[in-house]
Amino acid sequence: MARAVTTQRKALNTAIAWSIGLLIFFPILWTILTSFKTEAEAIANPPVFLFFDWTLENYAVVQERSNYMRFLTNSVILAGVSTILGILIAVPAAWSMAFVPSKRTKDILLWMLSTKMLPAVGVLYPIYLLCIQLGVLDNRLALIVILMLINLPIIVWMLYTYFREIPGEILEAARMDGASLKDEILYVLTPMAIPGIASTLLLNFILAWNEAFWTLNLTSVNAAPLTAFIASYSSPEGLFFAKLSAASTMAIAPILIMGWFSQKQLVRGLTFGAVK
Amino acid sequence: MGHITLKQVTKSFGEVQVIPPLDLEINDGEFVVFVGPSGCGKSTLLRLIAGLEDVSSGEITIDGRAATEVPPAKRGLAMVFQSYALYPHMTVRKNIAFPLRMAKLDIAEQNKRVEAAAKVLNLTDYLDRRPGQLSGGQRQRVAIGRAIVREPAAFLFDEPLSNLDAALRVNMRLEISELHQTLDTTMIYVTHDQVEAMTMADKIVVLHAGVIEQVGSPLELYHEPRNKFVAGFIGSPKMNFVEGEEAVKLNAKCIGIRPEHIGVSLESGDWKGTVGVSEHLGSDTFLRIKMPGVQEHMTVRVGGEFGARHGDTVYLTPDRSKLHRFDAQGLRIA
Repeated sequence: MARAVTTQRKALNTAIAWSIGLLIFFPILWTILTSFKTEAEAIANPPVFLFFDWTLENYAVVQERSNYMRFLTNSVILAGVSTILGILIAVPAAWSMAFVPSKRTKDILLWMLSTKMLPAVGVLYPIYLLCIQLGVLDNRLALIVILMLINLPIIVWMLYTYFREIPGEILEAARMDGASLKDEILYVLTPMAIPGIASTLLLNFILAWNEAFWTLNLTSVNAAPLTAFIASYSSPEGLFFAKLSAASTMAIAPILIMGWFSQKQLVRGLTFGAVK
Repeated sequence: MGHITLKQVTKSFGEVQVIPPLDLEINDGEFVVFVGPSGCGKSTLLRLIAGLEDVSSGEITIDGRAATEVPPAKRGLAMVFQSYALYPHMTVRKNIAFPLRMAKLDIAEQNKRVEAAAKVLNLTDYLDRRPGQLSGGQRQRVAIGRAIVREPAAFLFDEPLSNLDAALRVNMRLEISELHQTLDTTMIYVTHDQVEAMTMADKIVVLHAGVIEQVGSPLELYHEPRNKFVAGFIGSPKMNFVEGEEAVKLNAKCIGIRPEHIGVSLESGDWKGTVGVSEHLGSDTFLRIKMPGVQEHMTVRVGGEFGARHGDTVYLTPDRSKLHRFDAQGLRIA
């Protein structure tokens, strides 16, 4: 017998879900609200929630003090190029693991994932030194490669899961129809996996956009993305919460808007293969 | 042209040899059916010919050219899969045109051939639909269309009808046979259904545990099965086997007689038995008869109106000229 779901129970579930959702969203909301306060109101005790003098002053100051557009451009380039590069490398890798698996495929997948368990700081020193030696500190290209590499395991895993859902017979049919390996991947596999590739692309763009460890440690001016932009507002002479919040809001706004419009793909991407 | 030769071909998966050394010759224009129970290696054999699996040893030649190392795309064969394996993101037109596109034919020629194939297969009205919007039979036709536009040296069918319902299966069977008459191209067809094999084939290859038990025309296999396995596999309902006293009388370990070669009478006959279940098909009635000395039931075909009920005693008289004798190894004694 199916479990009877009463109206009351439904209402309760809705209330709980909304509470948890708001709880998770609250820090972001608070940041956005704070960005419209004066510095005094920002640190007022007890804190003011909605009834304060709304001001855009912080945004004006932030815009004046630092070049937002340069950081934004860097973020877009770093996240975008590293994601696309990662996809280009991961598609053939995931293809081979999904369709011509060897005895060691599972091990390789786990090993790749295990690199994500390594604390990044553990390799900071060698990578930092490497960057100095190669003269690529604060260099966009170097950062693109590093971001691509740290996200590659996730990209391969996600694509692998998607590709596994595609019946091998269809690829065999393509082979029988005279398709070369390139044709098979380009005209058959990729179009069939477009939803999967799209959500992988989105998720990894967000991960690369939010990545703060390497972007903060390996950049100063030229290659610095929005994470560095936010960090520059926590100065040793004291925190200016309202300005920091304004900077944060400006940094997360693009990705928040993008995430809002693509939430369907994202949810599908994250839960893919979980239920079947 | 589509002359395919397999010479000492073997296939192993790891330690397990699924196909021991095997020789086979398929002539141009022949309709060859690989038949056998599940897991007998018939699909593997087809995939070896297609090039989707690599042979472990041995040689495959297609039209006199060595094909063992040639990738599937270059063998000039077309395949129809059990699951149809259509490209879900392409329209019917694009599906059928795909092999032509891969062969880089110009668009005008592609369209001409696609439309010709669609006409033959009654798909003209569906060319702009996607596979998801088609019924099972239509999907199978698209898969066949995709195979015929290439004008291949041979067609390979891997249990193409097993996903269709019974009525549709009969129709498609006729359509494929007709297609073979029209195109006059070599066709290799894999099935576990001996009725499909009997009705469609010029030549049947009976496989059992990767070994070819017998190769021959449907009637050759029916009349002169080489061994007990083939005798039992070909023909429906299957041949009855009698061991013991009756067999010894005829100098055999075992004798076989088909249900249609046994006379039944309520009064007298060679063997006495008791009627178990009777299956009335209208045109025929199949009686399951319990007989002393026979382990399983005997199946006997009688006319549609035969009035025997459960528990009745009947007398059976086999047609002596249609009796098959088998030795201790299961080989048929001529």
